[in-house]
Amino acid sequence: MKTTIRRLVSALLLLCLGLPLGAPAEESAGPDVLVKQVTLEVVDLIAKDKDLRGGDRVKLIALIEAKVLPNFNFASMTALALGQNWRKASPEQKARLTEEFKTLLVRTYASALAAYGDQQFEFRPLRAKPTDTDVVVQVRVLQPGAQPVAIDYGMEKTAAGWKAYDVMVGGVSLVANYRTEFARLVRASGIDGLIADLEKKNRSLDAAAKKP
Amino acid sequence: MRYGLVALAALATLGACASGADRDPRDPLEPWNRAVYKFNDTVDNAVARPVAEGYRRIVPGGVRDRVRNFFANIADPMIGVNNILQGKLEDGFLDWMRFVFNSTVGLFGIHDVASQMGLEKHDEDFGQTFGRWGIGTGPYLVLPFFGSSDVRDGVGFVGNIYADPLTEVRPRNVQYLAYGLRFTQTRTDLLEASRILEQAALDKYTFQRDAYLQRRRSLVYDGHPPRELELEDEDDDKTTR
Repeated sequence: MKTTIRRLVSALLLLCLGLPLGAPAEESAGPDVLVKQVTLEVVDLIAKDKDLRGGDRVKLIALIEAKVLPNFNFASMTALALGQNWRKASPEQKARLTEEFKTLLVRTYASALAAYGDQQFEFRPLRAKPTDTDVVVQVRVLQPGAQPVAIDYGMEKTAAGWKAYDVMVGGVSLVANYRTEFARLVRASGIDGLIADLEKKNRSLDAAAKKP
Repeated sequence: MRYGLVALAALATLGACASGADRDPRDPLEPWNRAVYKFNDTVDNAVARPVAEGYRRIVPGGVRDRVRNFFANIADPMIGVNNILQGKLEDGFLDWMRFVFNSTVGLFGIHDVASQMGLEKHDEDFGQTFGRWGIGTGPYLVLPFFGSSDVRDGVGFVGNIYADPLTEVRPRNVQYLAYGLRFTQTRTDLLEASRILEQAALDKYTFQRDAYLQRRRSLVYDGHPPRELELEDEDDDKTTR
């Protein structure tokens, strides 16, 4: 009896281990399911951890890097924020831009999460065809005495599953919002100038965080 | 005195960035706007933000929710009027239902029972109504003390002031107290957002302007703005990357 169960368990384990390797990307979680899973997991982790609830920056950044980052396509995000200028950038410049932009967004996301105080989420049903490869996943944050805030994730289907390439908070697209700033900085001092400005911004954020 | 300062600041910035060639077409008044923005920022740092932070420290979250609910409730009838002016009769009617329930069952509006009943709070004002009627935003405009706006919303803002229930409140000192409390509550609700803005923006002025214009456009279309042609172009960028 015992051996049968053990055999069953090991067979199941093998099956589970084998599945992600064998299954084509199409069978991975849908974009709406993914957003809901990640959101609830992150919120749950914050609720359980006193440091995270207290806004501990280092721990928040670690949490984001572990749970949220893998679901974003930062190359797409950076390309969209750069617009026309993306094509003019060399592969090396593209890599550095993506890295710096990613760092800035993670820092910003950490302070947004630090502001989280048990608001309720409403996950909207996905309005898309199964064949769509570019969808908007809608989440709403409910708060007393105010209109709910819409958080929409622009998501694209990639070989590695669904990845977010834009976040729209209350109708404000993060990517579109950076576009004007980036365009102006590139006009003023070129792509290298923009990279330098992003580096400077990230360094000043880290310096400000170190101060008590 | 106040205006003297603004004018002075405007002149200073005009001198500093009168290049002109780099001007955003949506923001032809940028030098003026930047000056007012700087002035507002100074006032905010010196008065509004410290007051809001003190209020948040002293007043418990539960009480702040009641204060927010109260002012949100007295605004609902006018939100209903704007919904009706925009042809959304059902939404307008529901706003008035919210006001009826919250003013009675919700004890003068301090409890948002309507939301719990599934009557969702809306966000409407005269600027949005004009937008719905097809009136364009006109140039971006930073108002002294009140911040981001545009010519259309600035005209709407005057309408909002006239329609504000607090304008009727007498005696005057009670009225000023109510204005002060509402402003403090609003600023307190924005504390986190303004902190995030500081972190996210390379240039706060540009970032806030673009966020305002995007936000208002989204509000005019109740969260479902038609896609801009510009955005379609960028989709091309993405695929040809």
